[in-house]
Amino acid sequence: MSSAGVSDAPILAMREVDMSFRLGGLVGKQTTLRALSGISLELTPGRALALVGESGSGKSTCARLLARVYEPASGEISFHGTDVGKLSGKALTAYRADVQMIFQDPFGSLNPTQSVAYILERPLRIHRPALSKAEVKEVSEALLTQVGLHPAAEFMRRRPHELSGGQRQRVAIARALSVEPKVLLADEPTSMLDVSVRLGILNLLGDLKRERTLASLYITHDIATARYFAEETAVMYAGHLVERGPSEAITANPRHPYTQLLIEAVPNPRHKITGAAKRRAADIPLWTDESRGCPFAARCPRATAVCRETMPGPTVVGDGHMARCHHL
Amino acid sequence: MDAPSQREVMAELGVKPRARWLGRLPGWAQLFVTNRKGMFGLAILAVFVLLAALAPLITPYDPYRRAGKPHVQPGVEHFLGTTRQGKDNFSQLLEGGRASLTVGFVAGLSATLIGLAVGISAAYFGGKTDEVLTFFVNVSLVLPALPLIIVLASFIEEASPTVIGLVLALTGWGWSARTIRTQTLALKTREFVLAAELMGESKWRIIVMEILPNMSSFVVGGFVLATIYGILAEAALEFIGLGSPNSVTWGTMLYWAMRAQALQTGAWYEIWPPAIAIMLTGAALVMVNFAVDEITNPQLAATRRVGPIRRFLKRRKRSADFV
Amino acid sequence: MSEAPLLEVRNLTVDYVGANAVARAVNGIDFDIRPGEAFGLAGESGCGKSTVAFALARLTRLPGLVTGGAVRLMGEDVLGFTGERLRRYRWSEVSFVFQSAMNALNPVIRVSEQIEDAIYAHHPRTKPDAARARAAELFELVGISPQRLDDYPHQFSGGMRQRICIAMALALEPKLIIMDEPTTALDVVVQRDIIEQICELKNRFGFSVLFITHDLGLMIEFCDRIGVMYAGELVEVAPADKILTAPQHPYTRALGRSFPPLTGPKVRLEGIAGAPPSLSALPEGCRFSPRCGEAIPMCMRLAPELRPTTTGGEAACHLLG
Repeated sequence: MSSAGVSDAPILAMREVDMSFRLGGLVGKQTTLRALSGISLELTPGRALALVGESGSGKSTCARLLARVYEPASGEISFHGTDVGKLSGKALTAYRADVQMIFQDPFGSLNPTQSVAYILERPLRIHRPALSKAEVKEVSEALLTQVGLHPAAEFMRRRPHELSGGQRQRVAIARALSVEPKVLLADEPTSMLDVSVRLGILNLLGDLKRERTLASLYITHDIATARYFAEETAVMYAGHLVERGPSEAITANPRHPYTQLLIEAVPNPRHKITGAAKRRAADIPLWTDESRGCPFAARCPRATAVCRETMPGPTVVGDGHMARCHHL
Repeated sequence: MDAPSQREVMAELGVKPRARWLGRLPGWAQLFVTNRKGMFGLAILAVFVLLAALAPLITPYDPYRRAGKPHVQPGVEHFLGTTRQGKDNFSQLLEGGRASLTVGFVAGLSATLIGLAVGISAAYFGGKTDEVLTFFVNVSLVLPALPLIIVLASFIEEASPTVIGLVLALTGWGWSARTIRTQTLALKTREFVLAAELMGESKWRIIVMEILPNMSSFVVGGFVLATIYGILAEAALEFIGLGSPNSVTWGTMLYWAMRAQALQTGAWYEIWPPAIAIMLTGAALVMVNFAVDEITNPQLAATRRVGPIRRFLKRRKRSADFV
Repeated sequence: MSEAPLLEVRNLTVDYVGANAVARAVNGIDFDIRPGEAFGLAGESGCGKSTVAFALARLTRLPGLVTGGAVRLMGEDVLGFTGERLRRYRWSEVSFVFQSAMNALNPVIRVSEQIEDAIYAHHPRTKPDAARARAAELFELVGISPQRLDDYPHQFSGGMRQRICIAMALALEPKLIIMDEPTTALDVVVQRDIIEQICELKNRFGFSVLFITHDLGLMIEFCDRIGVMYAGELVEVAPADKILTAPQHPYTRALGRSFPPLTGPKVRLEGIAGAPPSLSALPEGCRFSPRCGEAIPMCMRLAPELRPTTTGGEAACHLLG
């Protein structure tokens, strides 16, 4: 699956990262939400890591931390060995060019009042100021062709409302590529697109990942597309990383009870709903500074006293495959 | 059951393909041009502005000087009669329009600009800036406007229209600021703004090129409302005697007409023209605002066809799903 | 299940009346919903499935307008209902569950009151005790503790709010519940639970469901029959188990290939190139022909009609002879 140009060394890594947000509420009623607890992951050029989880899992927070939208509460994020939190000025601008993000909502990630030409021109002007006006136009049109939008000149003139969802997402990808990034963070890039269009976008991202040896992070709630697109999958629950391994292993042989629950819940046309199944859903806990133990303990069929006290450490269950559970 | 073809539906509902020249205009212009109220209001304003601009050329008499006997009835010599002091009403109306409209527009524009600057800054920069600016916005909104204006204006004694305009701008920016702030807060969290920030775009460029264009209909709407406020408030202040006795505006015309007890003495032509002029200007601006509302909220445009649709349904013994 | 259909839709046509043109969002579709059946309407954005749902519920908003066709509920002409008959139709015979539960519940009114309001609206002489008892009963049916009756919507999670909406939809024992993407905004585990719940309630009370979603896999698990829509038309109707095993229409086939599998060999899937046609620039002949990999010359000239297939359904395709 890996191509010749892939290096094995990760270039962007999170180590034991915690993140907290203060939840609103008037005087005296504030709680601190622990969005992430002890997350460690790496991104390697030419390979994709899928981050799978439901709402409140913290997967989008990871992407935003890697993009330096905000700083982690503790832990380190390093790019080529340098602590990202210490970057400022020119170095930070260079980082912004190296790490690019694709957003979930194709209708929200492009400015509705500007043309595609303007949307593509801005990053070029900021990060490649040496380019002349003609060169900017040339590069923009080449990018549009690369993402499958041709004739490029026709698309340059259009505004977002004149494009379909899939086309907008392609423009967003072109925008991200214009600054020649090393890392691509895709936050649910296809969940708001039509089903028949999703594969086109995923295939495009896959091709770009291979051609440009991009280190990719693919965030999704759909574990089937995680298997399709990414070599490695990590499963998150309430801000904790509960299982990680090769995508094949995770889907064929899930070891963590939450992963097993997720996989069982995925719609499967070979199965028929009869109304007889036992209810398994429960509220995902709001993890705060006071919370202890394994976040899944409240709904886990295997839970015992130790699960409510201590968060299990990682246990190796296969080649490159680990899970965090006391009762594997 | 047979269904009419699309062409038949269009014919029955009176939907016609748009004229080619219309299709070439940007979307908002198309909505505006086809809005009858808005165009009517715009037409009235255009006439007034034209007359005001041409005032120095077309006034038959000098509006500041005595031009005939006091309280002459409207006739061939004096189109709208004369005031108590014998000045020509029609000339005063034209000259007054010049001053009133200018001050009203300038006050409206200034209030909008101040509101825009304060609103965007408060919302986009957040934190302490937001707290401080919001405090000022709230103060400006909570203080009762008219008494405050009266107090300010009375300190200045015999305020010229320009001064009044300034006072109005300084007291009228609060509403605009608050709307703009709310809109900016909503836009600030949109992903394209985050994308611009992650791209390394400078803050001022984000404000001007990313956020501002997405609020343009709110800004224009705010400007129209601020102008209405400017024109009406200016007239009100002068009407109660805070204006300068040497200036000629619609408001001062009303003041002098009241002083001269125009209504009681039967000199309706001294008081009605400026009053109607003010009302018409206000109404025209409100009508323009209806059209701006449609641009801000395009769903409103869908309700234009309610009549033909009701008839269409009635003919087929159907009923509408919604009133 | 008895033979006579609960709801008959014949040649339903819905137009969007714009300033300068009329766009035909639904182009004369026919289908039936049988009593106690879960009928699914599948398709992508712009195919008209939500428009159909709103039209059947008599909730079409301007600029939408039902311009032709007939809808019959056990023989009665639904599109002609007015006044009291229309009120009775809405909610006590046919109720609706929207996509975003957050929008359907009033945030400043207690949940118990919202359910009771629905009851009072149709049975104004209900005593307060009886209404409250019914609300508690409904909560239990959807698996929420009746102790939470007096909470406000924001105190519930998204999944629970959607269950409250389902409870409200059941309040007057309707014959048909129309659900427009009821679980799309929810997590996959919660989604499965809610669909199981709906299935159990359907089996218990015998109402029919019109289930609209873009998730074909979920639809096949839950529904008895499925209608596939494309660009305002029904291209195939078939029993759920046949949709993936024996799809008759090229669009259904292509849709089936758009879902990456969880197991089995990993192959590169292509989805469907291009995009659905704009309603103001429809192709001649079959609307799917520009994107269809199997199109023959006739497809470009003549629009196919829905005809019975060998698998017990219908499909509109020239390739079926």
